[in-house]
Amino acid sequence: MGKTLTEKILSEKSGVDAQASDIVIAPVDLAFVQDTTGPLTIRQFQESGRSKLASPQQSVIFLDHAIPSPNRQLSNDHQSLRSFAKETGCLIFEGGNGICHQLVAEAFANSGDIIVGADSHTVTAGALGAFATGMGSSDIAIALALGKTWFRVPESFKITISGRFQKGVCAKDLALYLIGMLGADGATYKALEFGGEAANNMTMSQRLTIANMAVEAGAKVGLFPSDNITRKYLAAQGRGNKYKALYPDINANYEQTIAINADELEPMIAMPHTVDNVAPARTLAGTKVHQVFIGTCTNGRLEDLATATAILKNKKCNPHVRLIIAPASRQVLTAAIKAGYIQTLVTAGAILLPPGCAACLGLHQGVLGDNEVCLSTANRNFKGRMGNPEASIYLASPATAAASAITGEITDPRKVI
Amino acid sequence: MPDMILKGKALKFGDNISTDLITPGRYAHLRSNLSELAKHTMEDADPTFVDKVRPGDFIIAGKNFGLGSSREHAPLVIKMTGISAILAKSVARIFFRNSINQGLPILICDTDKIDSGDEIKVNLTKGVITNSTSGIQLTFGKLPQVMLDILSEGGLIPYINKYGDFKL
Ligand code: SF4
Repeated sequence: MGKTLTEKILSEKSGVDAQASDIVIAPVDLAFVQDTTGPLTIRQFQESGRSKLASPQQSVIFLDHAIPSPNRQLSNDHQSLRSFAKETGCLIFEGGNGICHQLVAEAFANSGDIIVGADSHTVTAGALGAFATGMGSSDIAIALALGKTWFRVPESFKITISGRFQKGVCAKDLALYLIGMLGADGATYKALEFGGEAANNMTMSQRLTIANMAVEAGAKVGLFPSDNITRKYLAAQGRGNKYKALYPDINANYEQTIAINADELEPMIAMPHTVDNVAPARTLAGTKVHQVFIGTCTNGRLEDLATATAILKNKKCNPHVRLIIAPASRQVLTAAIKAGYIQTLVTAGAILLPPGCAACLGLHQGVLGDNEVCLSTANRNFKGRMGNPEASIYLASPATAAASAITGEITDPRKVI
Repeated sequence: MPDMILKGKALKFGDNISTDLITPGRYAHLRSNLSELAKHTMEDADPTFVDKVRPGDFIIAGKNFGLGSSREHAPLVIKMTGISAILAKSVARIFFRNSINQGLPILICDTDKIDSGDEIKVNLTKGVITNSTSGIQLTFGKLPQVMLDILSEGGLIPYINKYGDFKL
């Protein structure tokens, strides 16, 4: 029997012939925390009586969720994370460098790697063919200490995407459509493995958006094969030597096969308060929005800002809308400055925030008021997510977000492009 | 060894209780002050939860309990409020593993057969849940051995402290 991508990576790393439902122990190539899960991870690490990391150069702390810090408690958490980095020699990315998942893609993830992070969207690196999955603080503490962890090998769903995206339709629309189809728990504990013509043609930015949202259907990983696009991306990031081709076997065993035709997709929205509560954007026309947020590990990349810029060029945001833009990383921000996107977006009325999670999780930088509506390019719209359980969050692509920022209501971007 | 028995009252919730409802992101500044953080447990799902819960009580949930973020603070604060186990129709992957790693039993069963306020008894060893109020008995799925071992040591950290490594 052939192997899925998941089985291939876990077999190679664990040194045993791993099949779905087996339990294996495997070394990790990277273990990381961010600033809101890091302090508990350090506490657990210390409670395990350890002081040394298995591999400091494969252990990373990212300060991204609460930067610049909104209050003294989080500032103190940042201090203790910095001290831990100093004591153990692990790597630390200071605030302003970007969101952990974007930085993992830019600087660390290689095809065939195993990556574990104390953040659920660790799945993002699946775009590069890395078996990347989110875990809690105890698991990461032990991965940092031992350099390995245990996995149950998940069964895989094959998601075959044919055709190509039509004008105004983004990778995000596919992600929302797929989650709507599977349901928020439809892929619980499974691996999603993407393939097909549209998947093969997707840019790395699009793949990252889709892999990022695999967890919103409950999946453990969202994997793309490692191909020529992966090779080019790694080369552009200075890791061309790390590339290796990686595909599932043709006769691999999938628990389910799902076919999606990209030609038929249209701009989608996830309505409050679950990500699987989806509808075409056109059916929600007229829904007033108070805040539009373009950014996050889902849609804060250069291509996303380019999409928004193309729509907002020579236009103005609706005076009743606060448009917030937070690039996913310093690399994205500097490239966006160079390309003139930031000039256009800020002129159109956008508030520019530093690279980081920004308004995504309700800590600061865009907390919603009672009964307010936000249209966001993030991956979650749970009640209370943006700091106020009395507010509503709708999720959409950067194109739909930019179009809606102009009109002040949910707008199918095909109406304005 | 005597059977491991848990006893308490049912506190019922619906489907899709996210980690944002269990321990909202707006309290992230309290994450290094766990006793303060625990005062807000389940706040956005039921603001009266912390006042109602008594040691030994059970959270009874629908499907996909604990979806969302990887914050292990979620099962941690639930345990701190005195909850002895979570019973749900299904559980999100990371929350499931985190709960076991915190030594908090999480059992998959048909929770439609349990109402709020029912007196529940769980025999962890035999795998049987008894609803003493209705007289109905339920069973729950067995955990993989590695998880059972972690749970019986009270969590992942005590497990590693004892064995020094994973043992399969
Ligand atoms: S951008 Fe949002 S979803 Fe992504 S890591 Fe940050 S808080 Fe999490």
